[in-house]
Amino acid sequence: MNKIKIIVIIFLLAPLAAFAAEPGMPLDPAPIDSKDNESLQRGAETFVNYCLTCHGASYMRYNRHRDLGYSEPEMLKKLVLTDQKVGDLMLSSMREKEGEQWFGVVPPDLSVTARARGADWLYTYLRAFYRDESTVSGWNNLVFDRVAMPHVLWELQGEQILVTETAGNDGGGKDVQKLHLEVPGTLTTAEYDQYVADLVNYMVYLSEPVANYRKELGIYVMLFLFFMLGLTYALKREYWRDIH
Amino acid sequence: MSKEKNSIMSWIDKRFPLTANWKAHLTEYYAPKNFNFWYYFGSLAFLVLVNQFITGIFLTMNYKPDAGLAFSSVEYIMRDVDYGWLIRYMHSTGASMFFVVVYLHMFRGMMYGSYRKPRELLWLIGMGIFFVLMSLAFTGYILPWGQMSYWGAQVIVSMFGAIPVIGDTLSHWLLGDFMLSDAALNRFFAYHVVTLPILLLVLVVVHIIALHEVGSNNPDGIEIKANRDPQTNIPVDGIPFHPYYTVKDIFGVIAFLIVFSGIIFFAPEFGGYFLEHNNFIPANTLQTPDHIAPVWYFTPYYSMLRAVTINFLGVDAKLWGVILMAASVIIFAFLPWLDRSPVKSIRYKGPIFKFALAMFVLSFVVLGFLGMKSPTPLYTLLAQIFTFIYFAFFILMPWYSKIDKTKPEPTRVKE
Repeated sequence: MNKIKIIVIIFLLAPLAAFAAEPGMPLDPAPIDSKDNESLQRGAETFVNYCLTCHGASYMRYNRHRDLGYSEPEMLKKLVLTDQKVGDLMLSSMREKEGEQWFGVVPPDLSVTARARGADWLYTYLRAFYRDESTVSGWNNLVFDRVAMPHVLWELQGEQILVTETAGNDGGGKDVQKLHLEVPGTLTTAEYDQYVADLVNYMVYLSEPVANYRKELGIYVMLFLFFMLGLTYALKREYWRDIH
Repeated sequence: MSKEKNSIMSWIDKRFPLTANWKAHLTEYYAPKNFNFWYYFGSLAFLVLVNQFITGIFLTMNYKPDAGLAFSSVEYIMRDVDYGWLIRYMHSTGASMFFVVVYLHMFRGMMYGSYRKPRELLWLIGMGIFFVLMSLAFTGYILPWGQMSYWGAQVIVSMFGAIPVIGDTLSHWLLGDFMLSDAALNRFFAYHVVTLPILLLVLVVVHIIALHEVGSNNPDGIEIKANRDPQTNIPVDGIPFHPYYTVKDIFGVIAFLIVFSGIIFFAPEFGGYFLEHNNFIPANTLQTPDHIAPVWYFTPYYSMLRAVTINFLGVDAKLWGVILMAASVIIFAFLPWLDRSPVKSIRYKGPIFKFALAMFVLSFVVLGFLGMKSPTPLYTLLAQIFTFIYFAFFILMPWYSKIDKTKPEPTRVKE
């Protein structure tokens, strides 16, 4: 009987093994820390300066950024770059029609993008733009082929090109496509990686602002439940003493 | 004080059989004393039902069943409604946990022969609950109006379209439109919050009435009512449900809540199994996602739907898939008449049944896994093999359960 129980439990847990499966293309793990407010603030400021010009984050309010340690005057100064109020939703400064005219598609809302794509995808994507004259924008991306978005951060990163290397010296290896920094930007590669990591850190926060509080509250709930588990077990034993 | 209480009770009892019901269903409902781990899942299913009702009511207060607003209203609940995120995660996690506990509850019945005489009707009512639950899960998953909501529903609706002659008319009637749109979202919302919950609640009450009529089965699969104390007429192996099983089930509830809260607070998406990643992208009627997979609890049936790849007997492969999928769920209802074993419980059944049940569990899990993956030739072949095993478990049961070498049942329950 116990054997069956164990087998069933193993089967029920089996899908967990598949969590990390299906890579598609190798992604770099995003070096982010949801409790690092400095990184989150840097990311937020990058986001409002670069992303919010074309994309919206229309499920998020500016004043929610108190989570990251901003005061309201600071938010108005650093985050609200349009004539919006501090309690407003973070709308794009571009109209949908314009977006469609300029890029062929309406730039998607970024509020929950990190939950759809994952932090690693975003971190890799924002570092994987390269020059490609065959596209409309002149840019292409290794993670998102023929993406409509041009490389907005190119001045910082510089210009990459795609080079094909043959792995192995004997020539029998597979062709590997690699990105090569052709024209350096204003940031070094390490600085740019950190810059993107901050932005991704912020976008993960943006996708679920309550996440840190959720985990914090969860610890108290678990402590209470474990206390109750002991209590209810003792109660059950007390009642069941006379059953044989 | 006690006299006063008695007078209130007798006032009520003359008008409503409160004491009689309290006794019949709790203090003088005698349950076998040997319930084990597997017997927690009935009361836990009821707990999850209550959770879904309460959190569902609060979600309804803030959700907008409108194709243009549904997605953002869910995010509004997640961000601007006080503790809306908690209510929403309790509801979304509750949906998956409902299937976890119901699957374990059904598996318990299969192990200990709880569907056998005199509990056939109890089992059938349970099957009714299972169908309603599946409909609730389907209609509920559409409501956030994300990409998976939309395209998952599209797959299910197209199944109705595969039915010959009436298929198209039926799917138009269901959707209220020629395609999945705002009209469908509105009616699925109505089914999800009104029709189906009422049906579910009625069936659950009927399930419990039927259970208390025939009495609970137990891990030994023998009838405790066959062995009564000559003086009191109480089954000697029975104990009052209250307080013994109420205190035991409360312990089970807390243990369950630890798992439940662990998911809600630390992994509400559960790696994309409870809340799919693609469902954080708003529904786009013009862009089909690369990979459409239903939520995990439907994937075994989805695998069987996709397993049929050839037209057969002049019938389209797609229609065969739909027939097979429907049959894979309905076939559980025939268990009481498929099982011809002289004993009920797995404890006294022979090696053939144990092997068959293990193969059934294996096929259910493998089919569930395959249903999440994009089909490849190997996966399709595996799905076909395990679909065959899945059905063989049921269809061959009348023979193998008869010839299996069983052990004699005891006359009293064991610890």
